[in-house]
Amino acid sequence: MSRRGLLRSAAFGAGAVTLPSLLSACDSGPGGDAKTVRVGSNSSDAVPKKAFADAFKAYGEQSEEGRTVKVNTVDHNTFQENINRYLQGKPDDVFMWFAGNRMQFFAKKGLLHDISDLWQDFQGFSPALKAQSTGEDGKQYLTPYYYYPWAVFHRKSVFKEHGYQAPKTLDEYIALAKQMQKDKLVPIAFCDKDGWPVMGTFDYINMRTNGYDFHRDLMAGKEAWTDKRVKEAFDTWRRILPYCQKGANGRTWQEAAQSLQKKESGMAVFGLPHAGQQFPVSEQDDLDFFPFPVINPEHGLDAVEAPIDGFLLAKNSKNLKNAKNLASAKDLLKWLATPKAEDIYLASDPNNIAVNSGADTSKYSALQKKSVELISGAKQISQFMDRDTRPDFSSTVMIPALQKFIGNPNDVDGLVNDIERQRKTIFAAD
Amino acid sequence: MALTSARRAGRRGPRRFTARDLVVLGVLLGIPVLLDLAIVWGPTLASVVLSFTSWDGIGDIKWVGTENYTNIFTNYPPFWPAVRHNLMWLAFLGLVAVPFGLLLAVLIDRGVRFSRFYQSTLYMPVVLSLAVVGFIAQLVFSRDQGALNALVGDKQNPTDWLGDPDLNIWMILLAAAWRHTGYVMILYLAGLKAVDPTLKEAAAIDGAGEAQTFFRVVLPTLRPVNVIVGVITVIESLRAFDIVYAVNHGRNGLEVLSVLVTDNIIGEASRIGFGSAIAVVLLTVSLGFVVTYLVQEIRGEKSR
Repeated sequence: MSRRGLLRSAAFGAGAVTLPSLLSACDSGPGGDAKTVRVGSNSSDAVPKKAFADAFKAYGEQSEEGRTVKVNTVDHNTFQENINRYLQGKPDDVFMWFAGNRMQFFAKKGLLHDISDLWQDFQGFSPALKAQSTGEDGKQYLTPYYYYPWAVFHRKSVFKEHGYQAPKTLDEYIALAKQMQKDKLVPIAFCDKDGWPVMGTFDYINMRTNGYDFHRDLMAGKEAWTDKRVKEAFDTWRRILPYCQKGANGRTWQEAAQSLQKKESGMAVFGLPHAGQQFPVSEQDDLDFFPFPVINPEHGLDAVEAPIDGFLLAKNSKNLKNAKNLASAKDLLKWLATPKAEDIYLASDPNNIAVNSGADTSKYSALQKKSVELISGAKQISQFMDRDTRPDFSSTVMIPALQKFIGNPNDVDGLVNDIERQRKTIFAAD
Repeated sequence: MALTSARRAGRRGPRRFTARDLVVLGVLLGIPVLLDLAIVWGPTLASVVLSFTSWDGIGDIKWVGTENYTNIFTNYPPFWPAVRHNLMWLAFLGLVAVPFGLLLAVLIDRGVRFSRFYQSTLYMPVVLSLAVVGFIAQLVFSRDQGALNALVGDKQNPTDWLGDPDLNIWMILLAAAWRHTGYVMILYLAGLKAVDPTLKEAAAIDGAGEAQTFFRVVLPTLRPVNVIVGVITVIESLRAFDIVYAVNHGRNGLEVLSVLVTDNIIGEASRIGFGSAIAVVLLTVSLGFVVTYLVQEIRGEKSR
């Protein structure tokens, strides 16, 4: 934290525009032989880092042309914060990033390589996956690798002990929450100190109330936040809030997940890895989830929030100007799109699931199998608020706005007016 | 001609410099000046220019006039709280931490028992970076797992020290003041040691009381230290950043100007024009203090 703080203050002091050289200066690796593919990785946590190392090693071993991968790992958050400058400076050939708007934004700026030719041969990817890998111009830019669903997580043992049933509708959800309160449990673990966790709850309420299409248009800046449908979503959320853990703005997602693990709270809206990582191995089997309940029967359980991570080619990579290097990089993406490549990764990181329908699910945990079921049954897959909308909008407008709502849920009108005014200026920017 | 020769006789004129001296001087002065221009003034001017544009860090820079400023003042909810928090920071450090640091310095200077122990204990936090102080603040003030709530022991309805937007800024100010007090104390302690004891003696002979001696005699002789303390207090409050950033990225009641600048410029968001405009606002405020300080100093020099 302090190092990053320092870097930021330094950059801020120096006029803030001098950073690009810093990041790109440290990655002048090899690449002269056209057979080494350089990969920029944001997987700095131990588990995914090792899983990726396994996968890339396997790639090198199977490659008949003797191609290898050289990984350049950067701290997860730092990578995200510098992505803009990274892609404009001297990026690696291949880099890890997210699907959806967060990818389309850079595609539109011309910083990504079109890989539509590869997509013609890709197999085992659903149309929803393809849609999320496609830019606004209709070309594909992303090779999806894994994803994970958001849902309402709980402990089986707690549900069994009190005889709870997974709720199917909002009314049942609230009734269950009331019952939990009587049983001296905090019904819903809740946290937003990090700014992003409650976005999942908002997305679900919004999609269950107004449908995926409205979510997509709202995130794309095509709908007004003062629309009565948005207010309806906030009003529904207000009905749930009394059952949520108090003081969410001061709680990290780890603390909230731990309260679920310690049986202090009954349920929590999380992504699979968030809940999973806070449960010790011996208690993993006790973790379970149900889909976010139905609010408007018209939209049922149609949409599932399942952020997709994958690999992209950086347009500004010097190596890729060379046809041989480009062929190597594309060969890597082609291999990463195979079921086998995903199996190798997931063997070491069981908190995600493979995107390819051909992947081997026999070694999956019960939770992973259930995740596959949930996602494959979805009519639409959303990414997440901060992946479905512009980065500047989500970080400088929505994070403060949602925290304000949690602190004071009564002034919805004032809140949506604030958001709407800022939406207009931000989306008008280009 | 007569005039110049008279002057040359009177004091050392520039002609005494040889060509070599001039080169050395030129290089020694020139390098810092160039560095200053390149590292300080260049980026500053660039920020000012960028503040009138819209730019996402990629592609074209678009001129938008004063739109960024209009947006900051009328359409950016975190801005006014941030200004308020920076001012609160200044007031709290200036009115609480500084007098308290002075008090501690006086007490230690009078030679209470274990003064060395107090001195080093109170100075300790200064050595810690503010990011570490922020981290410690989290360990103490966290709602569910913090030390303070464990002590208070209200399990039913624990106070959310860092999450309640009306409360958390005060907790952060306490943590910042904890550090600032030690700093101020050390500065005053050095100053007090340098005060000539005969001054106090003379005051006592003239019949001045303890308080009178301190406020009328000792404090005025500490003027240089007062100036330094004032300057570092202003600097600390305006650049407040790391501690809130470590706690919750400067959101939800902990907004400060420097965090808003960072949020907009660094990071994925990259509203560089908008962020620069906030930076210019911060620069203007700083300039206000700098100019006041310089004017005071220059007047002080003249009257002395």
